[in-house]
Parts: sequence; structure tokens; C-alpha cells
Amino acid sequence: MSDAVATAHGIVKRFAKDGAPALDDVAIIITPGRMTGLVGPDGAGKTTLIRILAGLIVPDQGETAILGRSATTADRSMIGYMPQRFGLYEDLTVIQNLKLYADLRGLPADERQAGFDKLLDFTDLKRFQDRLAGKLSGGMKQKLGVACALVRTPKLLLLDEPSVGVDPVSRRELWAMVKELAGEQVAVLWSTSYLDEAEQCDTVLLLNEGKCLYSGPPAALTDTVKDRIVRVFVPEDGRRVALRKALDMKSVEDGVVQGASVRLMLRDDAGQPSASQLGMPDGAEVRSARPRFEDAFIDLLGGGPPGSSALARDYREIPANDRPAIEAKGLTKRFGDFTAAEDISFSVGRGQVFGLLGPNGAGKSTTFKMLCGLLTPSGGSGSVAGFDLRKAKADARQSLGYMAQKFSLYGDLSVQQNLNFFAGAYGLVGPDARAAIERVTEVFHLDKYRNDNAGGIPLGYKQRLALACAVMHQPPVLFLDEPTSGVDPIVRREFWTHINGLVERSVTVLVTTHFMEEAEYCDRVTLIYRARQIATGTPDELKAKAGKDDATMEDAFIALIKASQDDTARKAA
Amino acid sequence: MSAAFDPRRMRAMLAKEFTQIARDPSTLLIAFVLPILLIFLFGYGVNLDTARTSIALSRQDDGEAARSLAGAFQQSRWFDVREVGTIGSLKTALIAGKVRGIVVIPDGFSRAAAAGGGDIQVITDGSMPNSAGFVSGYADGVRATWAAGRAAERGERPRGGPAIDVDNRYWFNPALASRYFLVPGAIAIVMTMIGSLLTALVIAREWERGTMEAIMATPIGMGEFMISKVIPYFVLGIGSMTVCTVLAIGVFGVPLRGSPLALLAIASAFLVPALGLGLLISAATKNQFVASQIALLTAFLPGLLLSGFLFEIGSMPGWVQAITYLVPARYLIPPLETVFVAGDNWRLFLPNIGALLGFGAVFFTLAIRVNRRRIA
Repeated sequence: MSDAVATAHGIVKRFAKDGAPALDDVAIIITPGRMTGLVGPDGAGKTTLIRILAGLIVPDQGETAILGRSATTADRSMIGYMPQRFGLYEDLTVIQNLKLYADLRGLPADERQAGFDKLLDFTDLKRFQDRLAGKLSGGMKQKLGVACALVRTPKLLLLDEPSVGVDPVSRRELWAMVKELAGEQVAVLWSTSYLDEAEQCDTVLLLNEGKCLYSGPPAALTDTVKDRIVRVFVPEDGRRVALRKALDMKSVEDGVVQGASVRLMLRDDAGQPSASQLGMPDGAEVRSARPRFEDAFIDLLGGGPPGSSALARDYREIPANDRPAIEAKGLTKRFGDFTAAEDISFSVGRGQVFGLLGPNGAGKSTTFKMLCGLLTPSGGSGSVAGFDLRKAKADARQSLGYMAQKFSLYGDLSVQQNLNFFAGAYGLVGPDARAAIERVTEVFHLDKYRNDNAGGIPLGYKQRLALACAVMHQPPVLFLDEPTSGVDPIVRREFWTHINGLVERSVTVLVTTHFMEEAEYCDRVTLIYRARQIATGTPDELKAKAGKDDATMEDAFIALIKASQDDTARKAA
Repeated sequence: MSAAFDPRRMRAMLAKEFTQIARDPSTLLIAFVLPILLIFLFGYGVNLDTARTSIALSRQDDGEAARSLAGAFQQSRWFDVREVGTIGSLKTALIAGKVRGIVVIPDGFSRAAAAGGGDIQVITDGSMPNSAGFVSGYADGVRATWAAGRAAERGERPRGGPAIDVDNRYWFNPALASRYFLVPGAIAIVMTMIGSLLTALVIAREWERGTMEAIMATPIGMGEFMISKVIPYFVLGIGSMTVCTVLAIGVFGVPLRGSPLALLAIASAFLVPALGLGLLISAATKNQFVASQIALLTAFLPGLLLSGFLFEIGSMPGWVQAITYLVPARYLIPPLETVFVAGDNWRLFLPNIGALLGFGAVFFTLAIRVNRRRIA
């Protein structure tokens, strides 16, 4: 295209001489007035490509042309760039941040006031313009970061994961804001690991492990799997078994739990099989469904993992117990005058998956840490596997497996050493420990990285190792904090295959996530927003509250947030 | 990259930097509270003078001379005689560290003294060599003074006494008050902290928080960026040097015999390599923890140990002396001490200032080379 603002061809970048390239022969064309999506899981090479376009990294091979010059010599006043973590000075106020970037980009003095007013209006930050940037909520920081990148209308706008971790309302607002402000003149590159965001872009570049899998309009890729997606409605308590059976069939390429149904992607040549051909119980209803970008991505990667979990096969059956496996009663945590979690109550029965859903900073992890005995509640009580948190912290902890956010592994210990350590930490010794370590090493294919430092192995393997460490002692309860954040969809599928398998063994699972899609795997979900529970129910019940057909969990969340805000406003009035 | 220097960007960055300094309590702590703390610490706490060392006395002779000498020890302004008794009982006091030495006036001392001799024994704790040296030296002094006094009373020169008397006069610091040279040292420490440690930390922090990345993607030149870091911390360094000086003069009566202008010139010259090193460290590490470790090892410790501030360079082994030539603080301490206790001596100042600026040039050149507009 002749009007391209930025192009790159044949980009190769290696960070370690003998390691795999971070980018391998990647090309991109960014044109004005369009949203170009840079899509892929963490570690795919998105940030490296953006930094190359911003002239901050020089590629080993390949050419860049930004506004007619190479990236390192391009006119930077015409490039708006927002790095991850937004690039804001947290000890400066909103308006000071804007002024700084306006001066650095050379915004003419006579355009300043009008420009600031417009941006502050759009971001709804006018009221907060004298607040320190560090004191803004995550969503507001992101808007301010984008505002700083747009302070002098650029020709090229580079946004590195602008929407990660914020609530879906802020995500949609941010998207609308960028579209509106960028208008017809600006070429926008929007990087994301959310595949649903990719569907809304005008054109996408799909990266995986440094290689370009697809480049073009997202719909064209999604179309490659149309007519191959079906939803099978089965009795609710049978969906996990149904998914396992279906995934083990040759004709099924991929599948997930979606509320009360199982959503499957069939192989190209599978035709339209009946419920019984898919291993489903008689009377299960098969309906065709709309394909998603993620389906096509998985298709490109050669399909999802099989349905049976080797981990679950060897796992002990958790004995029955009449008490709920996890219980929270009015759990509250205050830090000074800040309430991080307020009056959180729920109860999870044995063999159930319960989800805490909400944006970053909502209070999920706080609730989690109280239930693990890592934080002492300011009020309320809780129990895990029958052990009261206040009285029997150690017993409660011994009976759960905890997989912390960002995988709490020792990065400078090898995979084997991490396994040894966690086996010991959970009280496994001697032959028991060795057997447990061998078992998880085999199940999670950790053998090839056994002697590598955990910090250096691919993200997907870190995630597997973290789960391995949490389940070695075969606990009856599993706590998973943002377990699949940033990993590619195949790894996420594989992860949930294991979890589903463990649940069949009556393991109880508490999971936090800000991925709305992940909530579909849960039996019940509670939505947490600004420290409070705003709704609890099965995924289907919550989706029904969104008030439209085929609603996603995200729609449900947005509707419920609005309802709770209206409610608060009514009470205040 | 923007080739032209743009005063507007520069101003914006400077304003940002000063705002951040004003809002960062840790920076103000290092710049203003630390100097006050150091000056008071050095003024009151760390005192390298020997004032009244605790000793024990064992007098084994009952004669008049022995009692008179014992009295001389009791009266001495250098000693605090804590215990008197037999050696056996005093040994435990020495071992327990209650006293730093035992002075023994042996049996037969009075007879020997009458004959013009008379030795005493001094037992010291060799595990504390400084104190041991002081005790034995000063004990000898007390005995010699006592002997001279007795001789004078009798109107004769002591036999075997020195024919030539050495009369010590300490110029510039007649009382040999250590705070006179500790104050310049405190100034050196504070300026090293601000110039190297603080500067290294603030730039490393920009890397860690991701603001560096955002800044580098704007048209700002790396020169502008570095100047915007250098000027505020230069001002801060001079500011806290002033705090040190005013306190030292006002509270502890340290003289400033040279001109304030000379002091300013010397301090400014030292800040050039200090800031250069800070920039170099942060550009090379991009991590606050590593930056602070390296700043401590390369700037702070050499400034403390190898600058001649605590340990005299002349009494170091030859190879250590050679190393001190690479420590910028070495060129700061002599002119700083001179400007405080002696006065302006530009023939001493100028070569040192030249050396400091030379180091500064090297560090800045390296920092500019390392601090490229690149992430990886």
C-alpha cells in the first residue's frame, strides 16, 4: 500500500545468540485511519516488534520505514507511543504528565489548551487533573497513558497492550476513545493478548513464538473455521465428562466448556456429526455456533490438546465430606482507610469449580490470600477443607495447593530444584517425593527443561511447572490465582483439561481470573468489582442478566457493573 | 532522533525533575537530613582524638617517687584511672575491656628513680592497636613529664634525658581536633551520595518504571535528557554542601579560612565526576538495586577509605597508594581540608580541580556512549 505510515519487512531479532529468535522474518504494514491489531500470547514478540517500530530496538535483519525514514531516525514528534505500564510519572499530576509530553513532542503553545481540554474531556479525567498519576485507578492510568501518547496528534500511534488487566467497561471505553481520537488520519497499532479484541480490529498480525501466523482482516481468518463450530447442550453436571470424551474423538479438533454447554470445533472433514457420534449422551442437542478468532488461531496451531488428563489419571479420589470444601463468611480486609475486600461470602462444595471474576485491583487476590491464611481478615471468617482459617492456618494450608499469580517459582533455581523444594515445602519426603516429582515431570513434559533455570523457560512451561508444584502433594483443594494469564490458548486448554480431570476426582477449585471466557469453566462465579461482590451465580445465570441473546461473560459483567452503579446512585440520592 | 537542542524540552524535563525531587521524601532525606546527621555524628560521635583513656594502675612500690608518679597518672588529662590493685586483679578488667591498659610501677621504682632511672611497665590490649599505641605512648609521656618536673624542682636536668627538646607545634589545627578534618570528609560523603548514588538511582528508576521507554520514544535528545538529570542533582549537591558547611561553622566552630568562592569551585569540580559516574552506572545497569550496589562499591567506599579522609594515603602500602590516584575523592579531600583550615591556595586547588574535571570528562564520555537510545 502506498499510503502506509509504517512498514517493516523481514524483521529478525535475536536476544541470545544461540536462542530462538524473538522475531523471525516478520513483516507489517500500518495504514492511517485503521486499527491494526498485533495479536498473540505473551512472549510472541509483540513488544519487540513495537519497540523496533518505535526505534528503541535495532533489528538484526530487515528494513523499517516510518514516515519515510528508518525507525531510528524517524520524526519522533509524529509518533505516539505508549509502552506497557503506560510510561506515566506517578509522582506527577495528571496535568503535569500531559504538559511534559506536550513539551517533549513540541505541541505548539497555541494548541495546548484546546488539546488538553479535549483529551481531559474524552478521558473523563478533568475532575482528577491535579491528582497524582500514581493515585489513579488502573483504567484511568491507561486512559492517561493513551492521552499522553495522543497529546500532539501523531501520524503513528503505537499502543503496547493498552487494555491488559482493566475491567471490561474501561476496556470498551478505551477502545472507543482511541477510535474516536485517532479518526481518519492516525495509523494505530494496538497490541493485545486478548483474542476477542483482535476480532474488532480492521486488520491483524497474528504472532506466535516470533513467527507471523496470519496477516490480514480478522474475519477472513475466522471464516476458515466457519461451519465447524457446534455447541452441544448436555445436562450440567455432565459437561466436563462430555468435553473429555469429545476431545478424545478424532473428529473434534478443539473444545471448551461454555456455561451449561460444550463448545466444539470439528475437524475439516468431520461433516455434521450427531450427538452420539460425538460421544454425547442421547438427547443432547447439537447446534451450530458462530466461529471466533480464537478458534481460527487454534486451527492454525493444529488444534487443541486431547481431553484426558494424565495428571487426573494418577490423582487420588478425594473422599467425601459433608462440610463445604471452601467457605467465606463476610470476609473483609481493610488497609488503613482503604477497603480491599468487603463482606465477601460464598460457599463451594466438594468437586466444584468456583470463580472469582473481576478486573485488576478489584479485591480478588486479597480474598484469595485471606482464604489461604496469608492475610488476616479484618472481619469475617473462612474455612478450607473444614479447617478454620483463624484456628488451624497450617492445616488449612497443607490441604490446599496454591498457584500464585505470576507463577511464584524460583527463577534462578532449575526446574528440578523447584520441584524438589515444593515437594519438601508440602511435606513430601523420600520415595514419596521422588515418585511425585517423577509423576508431574512426565505429565507436564518437563523433562527437556529439567536442568534449566525456571526463569528462562518458555511461559507455557512456567505455567505447567507452577501447576505441577501446586498439585504434587495431591491436595483436596486447589487455589489458582490468574492461572492462565498471558499464555497461548493451547496451553490454556491443556491447563483446563487437567483442572477438569481433577474435578472429576472431586478436587475443589477456587480460581481468580480477569478473563471472562475462563469464567465459563466454573460451576459458579462471583463478580467482584471495587471490593464488593456484585453478583453470584452460574455462568449462564449471569449471562442471562445481560438481557441479550448469545451474551458473553463480558456483556454480563458490563451489565452487572452498570446495574450496581445505578443501585449505588439510587441509594445515594 | 532529534539533532537540534530544544530549550523548551529541556525546560520541561527540568521542571519535571525538580517537581519529582520536591515530592520524593527519600531524595530530600539524602540531600538535607543525611548531611545534618553526618555533621552531628562526626561532630559528637566519631571523634578520633584521644581524650581520657581508661587505664588501671598497679603500684608495687611504696616509696615517695612511686606515689608521686601514681599521682601524676591520676591527675593526667589523658587518663582516667579506673582501678588500682595487683596485676592479677587488674588483668580481668583489661580482658573485660573495662580498661585499655595497665600501668605497673614496679617494686624498687623509687630507688631507681632516685638514681636517675626508673622504668615503668605498660600492659596494653594488643587486639585494639590504636588504643594500645595511645596508652603506651601517653604513659611514656606522663612518666617523662613527671621526671622532668622532679628534675626541675631539684634544679637539674634529668640525667639521660634528651639534650635536644622537640617542641611540637601543629599549624592550622593546633588542638588537633579531628572534627576539622571530619567536616570536609562529611561533605565529600554527602556529595558522593547525591552525585553518584542518587543520580544512579533516579535514572535506574525511570528504567524500572517504564518511563524511560516512553521518554525515549519522544523527540528528546539524549543530551537533553542527561543535562536534565545533571543540573538538578548538581544544585542539590551544592545545596547540601552548603548545609554541611554552615552547620560545621555555626555549631562546631570549624573555621572556614579560605573563601566561599574557592569552596564552591572545589565542590563544583568534584560533582562533575560524581554525577558522571552516577549517569554511567545507571545507564549500564538500569536496575535500582544493582545501581545502588555498584555506586556503593565504586563511589562511596573508595571515597571513604581511599581518599585520605579516614586513612592517610602516605601510610598506605605502595600499591594501595597507586590505586588512590584513580579515586576522584582523593583530589577533593586535600583542597577541601586546605580551604577550611588553612585558606586559599590556588596552586594546590587548581591541579586538583583539573584532575577532577579530567575524571568528569572520562565518565561523561563513557556515559554518553553507554546511554544510547536503545532498550536492547
